[in-house]
Amino acid sequence: MGRPRFKNLVSAVAVAAALGVAGAAVPAAAATLNMAWSQDATGLDPHKQTAFSSLRLLELVYEPLVRTDSELNIAPAIATSWEFSEDGRTLTFKLDPDAKFSNGDKVMPADVKASFERILNEETGASARANFLSIESIDTPDDGTVVFNLSQPDVPLLTAMSSINAAIVPASAIEAGTIGTETLGSGPFVLTSWEPNSREVLAANANWAGGEVGVDGINISVLPDETAILAALRTNQVDFALINDPLVATLVPNNPGLTLTREPVLNYHVLQLNADRGAMTEKKVRQAISCAIDRQDVLDAALLGEGKVTGPLTMPAYATDPSELFCYTPDLEKAKALMAEAGYEDGFSAKVMAATGEPPTAAAEAQVIQSQLGEIGIDLEIEMMELNVYIDRWLKGDFDMAVALNGGRTDPYTMYNRYWTKDGNLAHVAHYGDDTLDSLMQDGRVETDPAKRKEIFAEFSRHITEVSPWIWLYTGYSYTAANDKVSGFEANPTGSLFGLSAVTVSE
Amino acid sequence: MNYLTRRLVTFPVVMLGVSVLVFVSIRLVPGDAITAMLGTEAGLLTPAQRASLETYFGMDQSWFGQYWHWLGGVLHGNLGISVTYGRPVMEVILRVFPLTLELALLSMVVALAVGLPAGIYAATHAEKPSDLIVRIVAMVGQSTPSFVVALLAIYALSVWFGVLPAMGTFTPLWQDPLKNLAQMILPALTLGFAFAAAVTRISRSAMLDILSDDYIRTARAKGVPARSVIWHHALPNALIPVVTVSGVEFGYLLGGAVIVEQVFALPGLGRTVLEAILQRDYALVQGSVLFIAFNFMIVNLLVDLAYAALDPRIRLGGK
Repeated sequence: MGRPRFKNLVSAVAVAAALGVAGAAVPAAAATLNMAWSQDATGLDPHKQTAFSSLRLLELVYEPLVRTDSELNIAPAIATSWEFSEDGRTLTFKLDPDAKFSNGDKVMPADVKASFERILNEETGASARANFLSIESIDTPDDGTVVFNLSQPDVPLLTAMSSINAAIVPASAIEAGTIGTETLGSGPFVLTSWEPNSREVLAANANWAGGEVGVDGINISVLPDETAILAALRTNQVDFALINDPLVATLVPNNPGLTLTREPVLNYHVLQLNADRGAMTEKKVRQAISCAIDRQDVLDAALLGEGKVTGPLTMPAYATDPSELFCYTPDLEKAKALMAEAGYEDGFSAKVMAATGEPPTAAAEAQVIQSQLGEIGIDLEIEMMELNVYIDRWLKGDFDMAVALNGGRTDPYTMYNRYWTKDGNLAHVAHYGDDTLDSLMQDGRVETDPAKRKEIFAEFSRHITEVSPWIWLYTGYSYTAANDKVSGFEANPTGSLFGLSAVTVSE
Repeated sequence: MNYLTRRLVTFPVVMLGVSVLVFVSIRLVPGDAITAMLGTEAGLLTPAQRASLETYFGMDQSWFGQYWHWLGGVLHGNLGISVTYGRPVMEVILRVFPLTLELALLSMVVALAVGLPAGIYAATHAEKPSDLIVRIVAMVGQSTPSFVVALLAIYALSVWFGVLPAMGTFTPLWQDPLKNLAQMILPALTLGFAFAAAVTRISRSAMLDILSDDYIRTARAKGVPARSVIWHHALPNALIPVVTVSGVEFGYLLGGAVIVEQVFALPGLGRTVLEAILQRDYALVQGSVLFIAFNFMIVNLLVDLAYAALDPRIRLGGK
């Protein structure tokens, strides 16, 4: 728990104060941050792990070429600059000459090339591979340049490269096959020990090119029960914590000395309808469901109002005003009329599936939706199941309706091409597709003018909410809680904890 | 020791049964290691990608092939590699087991120290108000779920006294005994509470039975002092059911008290198995369950041997 260090610090402060040295009264001496979260990483291979819980840890250890800043702009990481060619078919990166792995080895273009070749290799099983298929070849003309040659213009590629799933790992580690068992990254921290489901110890990486890290290290405790995390915060055993459950988060401000940070996230809560099944094959029935659901009411009842009603696009640069979308103002009369027009004036029965505890509010959401759809005669049965069982059925597309929390992306194409293009990998889960959606997605992919892209995706939002294969509900917040000793944390809408690199702990 | 040899022979048979059962049941649960790792992103894998991950997780072989391969390893003392930890299963188990063992031992100490005297007291004060109180407390103790006790304890300590056991970062006993005990005492009391209640009830009823036996009446008639009758004549015989109950409870505790470990954030065997199941870490689940079954059988064997020691009339070998 860093006790000796704490004593040293106290004595250093005491000595400085005794000597009356001006300016030394508040030493910038780094300390260790004690932190807690409830879900631990499930593995260490940045190219294979996709769970939020794993990415949060790996983002502190590894770096991609570029990263997403707190305004959702692309910012430098290993690369200091990047440029698309005129025809949009080559993407050139200049690497930071100071970028080093934590063992002191320079990050070379060969490492970048090897990392992307590993992701593109089908044998790796990297799920992000689908985002990089336009890469035809990679050139490394000199020690500081990497050139990606593309088969077609691919604007969202840059966003995909900002994910930790595109982290740059040492070519030597790929060859040795140690990725996944040992960590060697170029990020702000070094993982010195990992005891799964118990704790992680991170030390500041002295070789980090991104600047000085504000703390000596981070001790992360895995406390599976979030009320225990709150208790640990109150008793100052933990300085900083990540909280998932909005119910626990809302209790934090009741405690003097604790601050809650809410950050709107890109992830969205959605009710997915199976447009291949029963009454829901009728557009009018799906529209009726959309009109019958009072999104704000679900948000208030299930999530204590902790969030914002959203359309399909959750990133601020592309989001449109939800009130302009189809039936975002609930209209029960219209819903009933639509049901009658479709020949279902007496309603029908269906099942909605939800994962236990993922998100923590899933059961509550399903219940509110159940009662709202009851108003138009839809008799909804709730099926709660363990997350892995849920995912298994979800991936097979085997459900009538599903309550889901889906991950958002900073680019609309990367976020939705898997669902709403005809050859998208998850098109069978989306259970709906039409030519309009398909061509809008393709147009948005190759369009380089930001203003025109925005128009294309606004049209996408309007169209998809009108045909209503899914009922987009709202986005929530990510929560961090900290005591007064902690300062300098900047939250990120992607849920990344990279902001911990700037945190300082005072005593 | 005819009995002992017979027990030792049945040992591997039972273990084999357990291993088959757990092997099949974990595979019957929907969802596999790949979806557990990738979540919904698993839907983005191409067939070739999936095939290569299946090879990596050893899921490309038939169940029988997988089992045969695993069993071969087990017979050579190799329980396989945990895919989430990236380490040998045995190493993972041995790292978390000391905590569970310590927790189980502490709980038993609590249970016997509280339960046995309480049970004897109640039996010797049968049908008096004090007996009634002990019985009510025991009833409450046995019927309250351990997580309720745990949460109440945490709540009381953190809210009223502002102290809390250091959670999450477990300190082994040999590193810092005081800190270790500070972490373990609450969970041990929590588990010991229900355990003590069981011991109280069983020792009370066993004692009552025996106190009405002829030889006790004879001893009393002979003028043996009341205290001696209880401690020397009755207690050894009353201990037999107590040993049985304690043995079974202890055996369960060695499998890890999942909920209490979860609430107190103790990285013990129970939580490890739970996480392994959620992650579909097949090798770790199989290895841990086998390990738990092994412990359970050893404890049962020791309990049976303890009978013989307590009561010479019980000859384990038979004629």
